[in-house]
Amino acid sequence: MRRVVVIGGGIAGIQASLDLADRGFEVHLVEKSPSIGGHMAQLDKTFPTNDCSMCILSPKMIMCADHANIKLHAYSEIEEVSGNFPEFKVTIKEKARYVDVKKCTGCGDCIAKCPVKVPWEFEEGLVKRKAVYLPFPQAVPRKVTIDGDHCRTIQGKKCGVCKKICQAGAIDYEQEDSIVELDAACIIVAIGFELMDASVMSQYGLGVCKDVVTSLQLERILSASGPTGGHLTRHSDNMEPKKLAFIQCVGSRDAHMHGYCSSVCCMYATKESILAREHAPGLEATIFYMDMRATGKGFQEFVSRAKQNYGVRYIRSRPANVQLPAGGNGVLVNYETSGLSGESVTEEFDMLVLCPALIPSKDAGKLAEILGIDLDEDGFIDMPDMARPVDTSRKGVLACGFVSGPIDIPDSVSQASAAAARAAELVDGGDR
Amino acid sequence: MMVRIGVFICHCGHNIASAVDVEEVVEYAKTLPWVAHAGHNLYSCSEEGLGSIKRSITENKLDRVVVAACTPRTHEPLFRRACEQAGINKYLFEFVNIREHCSWIHAKEPKEATEKAKKLVAMGVAKAALLKPQTESEAGVIPTAVVIGGGISGLVAAASLVEQGIETHLVEQTDRLGGLLCDITTIGPEGRHARTLVKDVVQKLEASPKTHIHRKARVSDVKGFIGSFEVTIEGCDGPTKVPAGAIIVATGTREFAPTGEYGFGEHPQVITQLELERKLAMGEKPKRVVFITCVGSRQPGREYCSRVCCNVTLKNALALSKASPDSRIRVIHRDIMSSGSAAEKLYKETSDSGVRFLRYGLERPPEVVSDGDRVNVIVYDETLDEVVSLDADLVVLAVPMLPPDDSEVTGKLLKVPRDKFGFFLEAHVKLRPVEFATDGVFICGSARWPVNARECIWQGMAAAAKASIPIKEGKVVIQAITAEVDPEKCAACGNCVLACPYEAIEIVDQDGNRAAKVNEAQCKGCGTCVAACHNDAVSQKGFTSGQLGAMIDALVKASLEGSR
Repeated sequence: MRRVVVIGGGIAGIQASLDLADRGFEVHLVEKSPSIGGHMAQLDKTFPTNDCSMCILSPKMIMCADHANIKLHAYSEIEEVSGNFPEFKVTIKEKARYVDVKKCTGCGDCIAKCPVKVPWEFEEGLVKRKAVYLPFPQAVPRKVTIDGDHCRTIQGKKCGVCKKICQAGAIDYEQEDSIVELDAACIIVAIGFELMDASVMSQYGLGVCKDVVTSLQLERILSASGPTGGHLTRHSDNMEPKKLAFIQCVGSRDAHMHGYCSSVCCMYATKESILAREHAPGLEATIFYMDMRATGKGFQEFVSRAKQNYGVRYIRSRPANVQLPAGGNGVLVNYETSGLSGESVTEEFDMLVLCPALIPSKDAGKLAEILGIDLDEDGFIDMPDMARPVDTSRKGVLACGFVSGPIDIPDSVSQASAAAARAAELVDGGDR
Repeated sequence: MMVRIGVFICHCGHNIASAVDVEEVVEYAKTLPWVAHAGHNLYSCSEEGLGSIKRSITENKLDRVVVAACTPRTHEPLFRRACEQAGINKYLFEFVNIREHCSWIHAKEPKEATEKAKKLVAMGVAKAALLKPQTESEAGVIPTAVVIGGGISGLVAAASLVEQGIETHLVEQTDRLGGLLCDITTIGPEGRHARTLVKDVVQKLEASPKTHIHRKARVSDVKGFIGSFEVTIEGCDGPTKVPAGAIIVATGTREFAPTGEYGFGEHPQVITQLELERKLAMGEKPKRVVFITCVGSRQPGREYCSRVCCNVTLKNALALSKASPDSRIRVIHRDIMSSGSAAEKLYKETSDSGVRFLRYGLERPPEVVSDGDRVNVIVYDETLDEVVSLDADLVVLAVPMLPPDDSEVTGKLLKVPRDKFGFFLEAHVKLRPVEFATDGVFICGSARWPVNARECIWQGMAAAAKASIPIKEGKVVIQAITAEVDPEKCAACGNCVLACPYEAIEIVDQDGNRAAKVNEAQCKGCGTCVAACHNDAVSQKGFTSGQLGAMIDALVKASLEGSR
């Protein structure tokens, strides 16, 4: 059988699907959220070339939707897996969107009229979306979804506005989850990462000081298609910050939180500093770091450029805590300079960006149980044999991308292609 | 001829619309000759945008499409396919870039950006009116692959191809397989025994009748193009010509020789990591060792971080520290690059084992002084803010990886580019890490950028995945942008043959007439031959002189109108 199930529709899952589909395999791509794209869709630019992230990603997303060999199961979850390689039986739950996707044209009339507002996941909670929503304009598939937890009608209250407005007759409040069962030779897991909740480290003020944001929130603020239209502003008074600080390793490389290094923060903080300066001329960016890990192609030069051309200040220090200044705007950062002669410094910044640990997607545990695979002590999928870098502990179940350990986009992409090769080896070549 | 052109201007969210007045450009497009419809989309490349273009083609009976948006490099295939899906030949599509050429570069001059966008659209429309439908041709693919380089990346790439049922030739310069892994003991951070790992892959390869290993051999010539390369392998028994559908480059890396740095080459106690590996393999256990990292890298002249040296240092420092309880192991470094999970754990374990870490800055690098048997390393410790002297039996320099000596030759043979350090340059650093821009040629391992063994292995597999696609598909499609020769006008002077960078043109006899002939599969559509021809005998599909002339006329006309 030449069918492979890919779980996770971020860049790794997309690449693995495209390679396998081009190679003649039938691919079922399962994505839990309403659209594929993953975190890469949220990024403004990518390091070290500052390529527009969505511009390079969206053609791949469309190709996934268009490919004759790829069946997309968006807004779906893996319910059950039985059997063994090469005859897994996979049960997929396609969650109710309360929308007939065959009828929905994605026109957005329902969104305009919906009276319910909830924090927008794609915009990292910076602004609100409606209970009926499109996750982002380039969503694939471009079909609206009704968020059943917040929709008034679904919750038994009086509303029904979207149904009245929809000319296509696509709204269906009675819709139920549906189950798809299929056989597959191999399964590829690519469910990615999420940000650690940085408010847990209360010393850094997230959720208390208005002008403290996460790095992914800053990414949305910098994005021309984001909530501020690409204008760099801080929350407390909508002013453009003149002094911006980043704290690295928030919850990573930390024995009390996550011991590992998240691998990408040094570079994205450098990128965001450069972009911030481009958005706000004269802005002074400061990065508090432990080791500057610029190990990829063109990374060290990127850091040098940030220092020389954009005046980015790199301070080797792990700030102790932050305080809210008397005026209520900005933030005071308490840190110590390095060396025995180091001194305590309190410095005021207009805005502070936290770079939290990137942790395995929260579904990793449940999915590992369903698939019968092991996780390592950090919660990433265990890849026990370095000679087979995309094999999990179970034969025929492969993994790639961040969920198998912290890596950046190019490494995720090459790992995804490797997973495609491995599936092809297993299916075409028999046992190894 | 009925020409009904549809023009679609893209907002690209705010990317274009923040500087270019999209609606003004739409209104302007409506005034242009042959334009039957003009509209705009928030994101033309979204499912919604593509759908609206397809609907408009049907509703407005369009037979040509112009999209003014971003760059054809990433998005042209999408729009061409949308045209095809709506029933128009995909070569009746013209792309105008008003993002890079207007809104981004003139972000602060919205009026000028809008005017320029109008002119570019007028040029696109003028060209579109003259476009002709084209038919793409197909070429077969030889079901064989050639892998250049027998290090771990090349071995794994070959093993994966063979496992997928593909006949594979592996070309290795030396008489041993495994490359740098043959010279090291264990692979960090996992601690896997290097030679066993190599042996396992080699055994698997040798067991397959589809494998052809060429030891002490090199590639001396490459002809052809994706699907039908001819690779000349110069081996012990003379040259062999191997037909192949795809080629994987896995020529690896070598260690920088830091002659003159820190007494290397002067004091026998100062050695490189690879030399230490050889000592460890012989069972030597030096007790007082100082490691210095970033020797010859991350500094002017060789700015890059070589990615693997910190982890090799940590692995060896830990091994020596564990080997004898009274060892004194010191690591002098600038940053410890133990990215990720396993490497960071290794760093912690090494530092817990008693290995001492001292940080130095480029402005005050350490010094090595010798008093005969011993060497001393004098270093300013940033943390202690004082100069310390460390005595050592051995000083180990962590030096960067360099591209192999012959990477320039390999690059020229395969017509693939290299970066300023000599590493091979992939098609796209973010999304096409194991492909070259040249179709059918792929790259993996440290020849692209220094990577550790685990990364070499998955990149080798990734390159195999890419190479297997055309081979298993059995055919490749040739874009209809190739050059063609009018034999009536051709004087067979040979200028185009000399000008062609792809060796795609030859002079042939056709019914007694000598004339140039283009090999379509080899032609990349660069247009060099068109410019070289004195007789106007060569033209390029989709870029004819008539079409380009019409664009210039349209620009002049639009400029004159604008100045009125």
